[in-house]
Amino acid sequence: MSNIFNIARYEMRRIFLSPLAWSVLAIVQFIMGFVFINLLVEFANNPGSGEEFGVSDYIGGSLYGFATILLLLIMPLMTMRLFSEERKSGSITLLFSAPVSLTEIVLGKFVGLLGFIAAIVVLMALMPLALNWSTDLDWGRIAAGLFGLFLLMMAFGAAGLFVSSLTREPTIAAVGSFGLLLVVWLINILGYNDSIPFKEVFSYLSLIDHYESLRRGVFDTADAIYYVLFSALFLWLAVLRLDMERN
Amino acid sequence: MESEVLIEARGLTRRYGPTVAVDNLSLTLRKGEILGLLGPNGAGKSTTMKMLTGNLAPSAGEVLIGGKSMHDDAKAAKRSLGYLPEQPPVYPELTVDEYLRYCATLHGVAKANRDAAVDSAKRDCGLTEVGSRLVGNLSKGFQQRVGIAQAIIHRPPVVVLDEPTVGLDPIQIREIRSLITQLGQNHSVILSSHILPEVQAVCGRVIIIARGRVVYNDSLEATRSDRFRNVRVGLRRAPEQGALAGIAGIKSVTALGEGQFRCSCAADADPRDAIAEAASQGNWGLYELSAETHTLEEIFVELTSGDDVRSAA
Repeated sequence: MSNIFNIARYEMRRIFLSPLAWSVLAIVQFIMGFVFINLLVEFANNPGSGEEFGVSDYIGGSLYGFATILLLLIMPLMTMRLFSEERKSGSITLLFSAPVSLTEIVLGKFVGLLGFIAAIVVLMALMPLALNWSTDLDWGRIAAGLFGLFLLMMAFGAAGLFVSSLTREPTIAAVGSFGLLLVVWLINILGYNDSIPFKEVFSYLSLIDHYESLRRGVFDTADAIYYVLFSALFLWLAVLRLDMERN
Repeated sequence: MESEVLIEARGLTRRYGPTVAVDNLSLTLRKGEILGLLGPNGAGKSTTMKMLTGNLAPSAGEVLIGGKSMHDDAKAAKRSLGYLPEQPPVYPELTVDEYLRYCATLHGVAKANRDAAVDSAKRDCGLTEVGSRLVGNLSKGFQQRVGIAQAIIHRPPVVVLDEPTVGLDPIQIREIRSLITQLGQNHSVILSSHILPEVQAVCGRVIIIARGRVVYNDSLEATRSDRFRNVRVGLRRAPEQGALAGIAGIKSVTALGEGQFRCSCAADADPRDAIAEAASQGNWGLYELSAETHTLEEIFVELTSGDDVRSAA
């Protein structure tokens, strides 16, 4: 257990030492801020909607709904280096020759990545927080949206980590994990097609459908478990992949 | 007194598809031994080291480090292991101190001892001055030293170094050699190298690998021994060849030109005294007189440059 946290600590430190992480955070914050201001102006100009459709719906619904697309674009960039760059530079040998298991290596890197994800969630929370003093916010609803974003990014991160373990080229890892995430995202299209058997299964498997209810402020354990299982599956695949490399 | 066996490899074989990189290699290393692993390029040195350190699973055979199987109890086996691969496994974005501290943590050095471990590893590898610099900004030689520091930071009983002196300047090479010699007193060290004098300088035993097989495995004492078959003589005013051949203990003489001769000696005879005496009496102008021992280089060339080895390489 302490091995996992030691690896995670240094992984997080290395993520935040790279200009990539800070550029990504800056750009995400800029775009989200732009959308946030837009939504606020739009809300202020429609005074009638305040009755049944509050500012929390605007933030939790539209802002965080938009964030999912942005995160789909940036998470592959954050995960691409996890294993492929280490393999390319040979530094992976340090972990492989140390008395730590493959599972600890994978989980350590994953937990380190969760640190970065937490930073994004904090930035996302700061925007509605700015409104806290001027209006009544439904914090439960916003918290559900933020928690959903965290789970979604965790799933993106696990899938990206797996793809990164497949190759030694970070760019290929980025393109690969973006493709993989988009396919799992769009798999719900099949759910709308009546001619496909078991169409409900496909729409259930889609990454984004499970975020919908969280975004609307409905916390369902099944959704959370979906993301946890999704992440666990890809982390397990990454462990298998690293084990294969030795053989 | 036999000291404790720290590394034992039995029947290690590694195949890459149809190619056999390492074929049925066995080696044992006791505490306090320094083993040199030699071989031409592509002979399987690095593959062997990767298998010994658990970075590569052998297709057959097993590795025991300090009695712990690398296959069944990898964590315990790796705990007593320090490894410097061909490319030093460094993170360029960390400073030397941060990096070494991380390595100490990874290798399970207790929190209270980490500072001391980092300091002593830096001191041993001459890194004290650069502790706060980024690893990525250091020269190749310093990065190599960081790699060595990483391998010894937890003072493991077994240290495996893959070409440790590559990219170092001559003074650093001497320092690293003396460090390895010092390590060899309490630890077991395996190092690979292309540089034969280096191996001769630090190793107690040598294994030569060619085409994935061990072709020579003997203590270096055998190559350093006093027994020799030829004496090389350099004379400014050389006499006739017969005058040299007449000296007791010399079987035959070959002229090498420019006053140089190779005298083949009779078994167990040392004709050097006699040659010197004859040279001074005959005023031959003796300027060189040396025994040609069976050097490591000769053994190496003999064993690895056979035609079958070349065609397979």
